[in-house]
Amino acid sequence: MLRNSKLALIFHSLFVVFLLAPLAVVMLVAFTPHGYLSYPTDGFSLRWFTAILDHRDFIRAFWNSLYLGIAAASFSVVLAVPAALAIVRYQFRGRDVLVGLFLSPLMIPHVVLGVAFLGFFSRVGIYGSFWALVASHVIIVMPYTMRLVMASVFGMDRSAEKAALSLGASQWTMFRRITMPMILPGVAGGWILAFTTSFDELSMTIFVASPSTTTLPVQMYNHIAHTVDPLIASVSTVLIVLTVLFMVLLDRFYGIDKVLIGKR
Amino acid sequence: MAELISPLYPSSPRTRLINPIPWLLSAPGAVFFLALLGMPLIMTLILSFNSFDYSLGIVSSFGLENYLEVLSDSYFHEIFLRTYGISIAVVVLCILIGVPEAYILSRMRNPWRSLFLVITLAPLLISVVVRTLGWVLLIGGNGLLGKLLEGIGIAEASTGNLMYTHTGVILALVHVLVPLMVISVWAALQKLDPAVEHAGLSLGASHATVFRRVVIPQILPGILSGSLIVFALAASAFATPAIIGGRRLKVAATAAYDEYLNTMNWPMGAAIAIVLLVANVAVVMSYNRMMERRFRRTLG
Repeated sequence: MLRNSKLALIFHSLFVVFLLAPLAVVMLVAFTPHGYLSYPTDGFSLRWFTAILDHRDFIRAFWNSLYLGIAAASFSVVLAVPAALAIVRYQFRGRDVLVGLFLSPLMIPHVVLGVAFLGFFSRVGIYGSFWALVASHVIIVMPYTMRLVMASVFGMDRSAEKAALSLGASQWTMFRRITMPMILPGVAGGWILAFTTSFDELSMTIFVASPSTTTLPVQMYNHIAHTVDPLIASVSTVLIVLTVLFMVLLDRFYGIDKVLIGKR
Repeated sequence: MAELISPLYPSSPRTRLINPIPWLLSAPGAVFFLALLGMPLIMTLILSFNSFDYSLGIVSSFGLENYLEVLSDSYFHEIFLRTYGISIAVVVLCILIGVPEAYILSRMRNPWRSLFLVITLAPLLISVVVRTLGWVLLIGGNGLLGKLLEGIGIAEASTGNLMYTHTGVILALVHVLVPLMVISVWAALQKLDPAVEHAGLSLGASHATVFRRVVIPQILPGILSGSLIVFALAASAFATPAIIGGRRLKVAATAAYDEYLNTMNWPMGAAIAIVLLVANVAVVMSYNRMMERRFRRTLG
């Protein structure tokens, strides 16, 4: 094992400070006892956390984002599993086109998707509805689900499926009892990545969300564009803590590098 | 990705007949994508050829005037130059910071390695709005950076105010995107055989020479794909330039937003969006071309 030099460790420490400083500052400011942005040098206070409870708009936006993430991730999995099975296991004309189609949202700037959905939804007359929002999020999270599900289908040993078929199982039973359980880790990883992508999405959603379907990132952006106060810092702190908790759980049960780097 | 879509199951004579199963399996997704991605994009393209009148609204005519304006007006030139200038600066900084960091991480021992890998990846899961807010608090008018500079005595507090400056936008974008560079280089480093490095060292090369002549050439694909991701995301970034750059430093994404939601000139916003899309796709495509040619050359 090669060792890191002192210089390398200094570089590394500066990198970690650079990475964490903005988050640490947000969490510090949230505890200020004053009514304006300041560091809590003269006492800690939780007043800005209790203040969140008085802002129903933030709480409603949080639930909107949660439902939206769950719905978008679930629908994308339902579409991705059969499509991945088809793409990985069959040779057919148009397969490469299909892969390109499902991965294409990665190449399209989210702002472009935002204006496209805004125009489309208002023309069709569903602008601002929750399900329009879900549909648009399914499109942007699909590449992530597709990639993880395709990788797990690709890496699957098919001998168990053959055994099931030769023992008289129907195709559906085989899928339900053999295939699905075997690709489940990839499917779960795809779902989680899709959920977090949807939950944090701003650049596209800001065009599609109406006041009644505002998501948390959009609500926070609009608040910051208007004013930066300790309230937004406390909301951000809650979000950071929830994300870290989620991450710890994810790492415990699944392995965070598996989801983010795609290592198997 | 290529390894997933290369021929996996060579078609037997029987499957040469048109097999409906793959079509049926992928139909729901394909139909959904064609309807909800294809249609909106086509409608945006059509909208970009329409014209706009401040009293009449959108006029469904067909002309190139929006594109002519975007391509000839110095106001839009400035916006697109700024967008791509910032993106290039962000890519260069991400390489300078992300490549050494990934290398250092790969040489760490567990548990430190896993711990710092998670710390590097964690910001990716935290909302961009939250991360950008952190930078507002750091580099804003009364921010920590100014106080720090004043405290050490290097400069006045106002030097630390980087709001509405290119430096501020670049700094925050590097913070948002550098984990992606680290991941990309990290993945390439995993395939590296440490024995080759040892061989270089035992033959008398310095650490710097080994890094430059042995490590860098092998992780170049990782650096390049990381650069591509960072460039594409920096060029289309919205939240960070909108919050830190504000109205004073418009980039393509924020300009399109303003045309749509403030000026209500949808055709012009659509034209900006299409130009941004075409530029992004062109960069990604030419990168793939370049990589293919490189592979063909190295493989003979």
